[in-house]
Amino acid sequence: MKISHQLNASQLYALVLVRVLLGWYLLYEGLAKLLNPHWSSFGYLKSAQGIFSNTFHTLADNPQTLEIVNQLNIWGLMAIGCALILGIFGRFTSLAGVFLILLYYLAHPPLIHVNEVLMTNENTLWVDKNLIFIAILIVLYLFPTSRVIGIDRFICHKRP
Amino acid sequence: MEDATKKFSRRDIVKTLATVPVLGALGYGVLKKVDYQKQKVYNIADDLGLNLYDEPELITSKAGKTIRLGIIGAGGRGKYLMEAAGFAHPNTVKHWHDEFKRNKRDTRYGDYMAQDNLNIEIRGVCDLFDVHANDALLSASNGQKATEINDVASHVKRYRNYRDLLAASDIDAVIIATPDHWHAQMGIDAAKACKHIYIEKGLTRTAEEAFQLRKVVKETGVVFQLGHQGRQTASFNKAKQLIDKNILGKISLIEVCTNRNDPNGAWVYPIHPEANENTIDWQQFIEPTNKHAFSAERFFRWRCWWDYGTGLSGDLLTHEYDAINQVLQLGIPHSAVASGGIYYFKDGREVPDVFQAVFEYPERDLTFMYSASLANELYRGKVIMGHDATMKMENKLEIFPDNRSTQYRKQLDAGLISSQQAMITYEPGRNTLDGTTSATEQYFASRGLLYTHVQGKRVNTAHLHIKEWLECIRTNQQPSCDIDQAFEEAITAHMATIAYRENRKVYWDAEKEQII
Repeated sequence: MKISHQLNASQLYALVLVRVLLGWYLLYEGLAKLLNPHWSSFGYLKSAQGIFSNTFHTLADNPQTLEIVNQLNIWGLMAIGCALILGIFGRFTSLAGVFLILLYYLAHPPLIHVNEVLMTNENTLWVDKNLIFIAILIVLYLFPTSRVIGIDRFICHKRP
Repeated sequence: MEDATKKFSRRDIVKTLATVPVLGALGYGVLKKVDYQKQKVYNIADDLGLNLYDEPELITSKAGKTIRLGIIGAGGRGKYLMEAAGFAHPNTVKHWHDEFKRNKRDTRYGDYMAQDNLNIEIRGVCDLFDVHANDALLSASNGQKATEINDVASHVKRYRNYRDLLAASDIDAVIIATPDHWHAQMGIDAAKACKHIYIEKGLTRTAEEAFQLRKVVKETGVVFQLGHQGRQTASFNKAKQLIDKNILGKISLIEVCTNRNDPNGAWVYPIHPEANENTIDWQQFIEPTNKHAFSAERFFRWRCWWDYGTGLSGDLLTHEYDAINQVLQLGIPHSAVASGGIYYFKDGREVPDVFQAVFEYPERDLTFMYSASLANELYRGKVIMGHDATMKMENKLEIFPDNRSTQYRKQLDAGLISSQQAMITYEPGRNTLDGTTSATEQYFASRGLLYTHVQGKRVNTAHLHIKEWLECIRTNQQPSCDIDQAFEEAITAHMATIAYRENRKVYWDAEKEQII
């Protein structure tokens, strides 16, 4: 609640901008998958590397778990994206985002021996886009701007 | 603080809903993007009225009486065909099962267990090498697909000479998977004994033998199938449908090839440690060919010598030729030239390891070209080049429009298709992964020679090929790779071999049916 007292106006708006942009990115990621009838997490899971790769492979091998993962991923991305843009349950949303993107990071960790060229055009070493998103979401968790600009302002007003 | 909780000012409302317009902007953007993609996705297959994923008909082969088989030749290929027919050695089934437990991507066990029961029995096995013969007896007795040797009691008869097997009254049909130099004699004897024949490619070791075998098979009317399992590959059948609809325009050049780069792919197979003059009937092995002292190397790596095999032309060109022949009905070429040499495997072999052959079809106005290396693995597919489009034909089909095409001028000018991108792709079962491992297996798999997909399920093409043959025996028809197709394959391959060995251009006189 005290965030508006900690930050000056430009600092606050800059954080809101980061929140909205990240929300846009995640919401569109989810929407694009939803609108593409051929999309499946199969390839991403099946090509997983690193210490948890077996777990991801197992998820891909079973058609039922694969379908659950697909649906959770699509709707999780859309829910988190939407909540970030609108500023709903700011802290919970940030943590949920950290969790989801951490799974992406763990499935394809940019380790030295991993061939990352297959999946993306990025050049990465230990740090990749997912890790940066996780860091941003942690910042958003620590500075819940939704209580100043966002639906949370209304929710906090109702339940002080 | 109290005031703030009570009053929710207009300023509060604005700040609460400040970011809502962002959703509107995103929604607008998404709608625009979807519209754009709809316009951009142009499916020429729809335009041409092609139904790409109509499923091939399933062959049913169970009905009718049980067919009793004899296996002549139970080495590498014979063992593979027995597995495809549902008779794998218990150790092999166990190995597949263990490998599956270790690696879920290895689907051989599941594929094998799901294979249809063909309603056959194996009554006799003939092999000149004791170890192979004894293994085959156990495989032939393992119709129940057991994984433990102790669970299988051998009840199949071993024949030391194939003539005795052919004389047996409890055998209806034979699978011949011996080296090429025995094919013709065994095929002729089998036909005369009224046994239906499934025989491995290349059809015969020499051109003369192909004439003789065809004559007897036609006279006796036995059901005959040459072992080009590529006949069952869904994408080849689809390629025929597409080409029949003139999707490629006038075809002027066809390029096929072989690229392998491991000893196994160059026929340097391991020599069994128990192979010796006591365990191998060498005299019978060399009976129809030139005499030679016992040689385990020649027995196991027979493909490297002209006395037993037919080199790249009979062994691997035939696969490529038959795939094209089934799609285009090329028949026997008017002429052939060939060249090559032993450039890498200086191991005493006689057959070339690099080989090129060019066949002319003036009546069809096209050239068919083969190029092979056993010392390089660069992937080159079968390419059929037409005036309007080019087709790459493997387990997956891809058709690229030609920039100068007449047929697709409008679509090309409108930017709907381009030569950079496949305009039609056909890839049944694209989401399934294969568990094949060795380089030679990968080579065959990529060329549509190991498995295909029937209604989304991965199926061994050799299994389907044997199944088609059995179905034809039951219904008294000739299968897809019958003696006429086999004859065309054999003569074409022999023309290239003669051109290479005699270093001259070889012609086919279609009227007199003579190689000149």
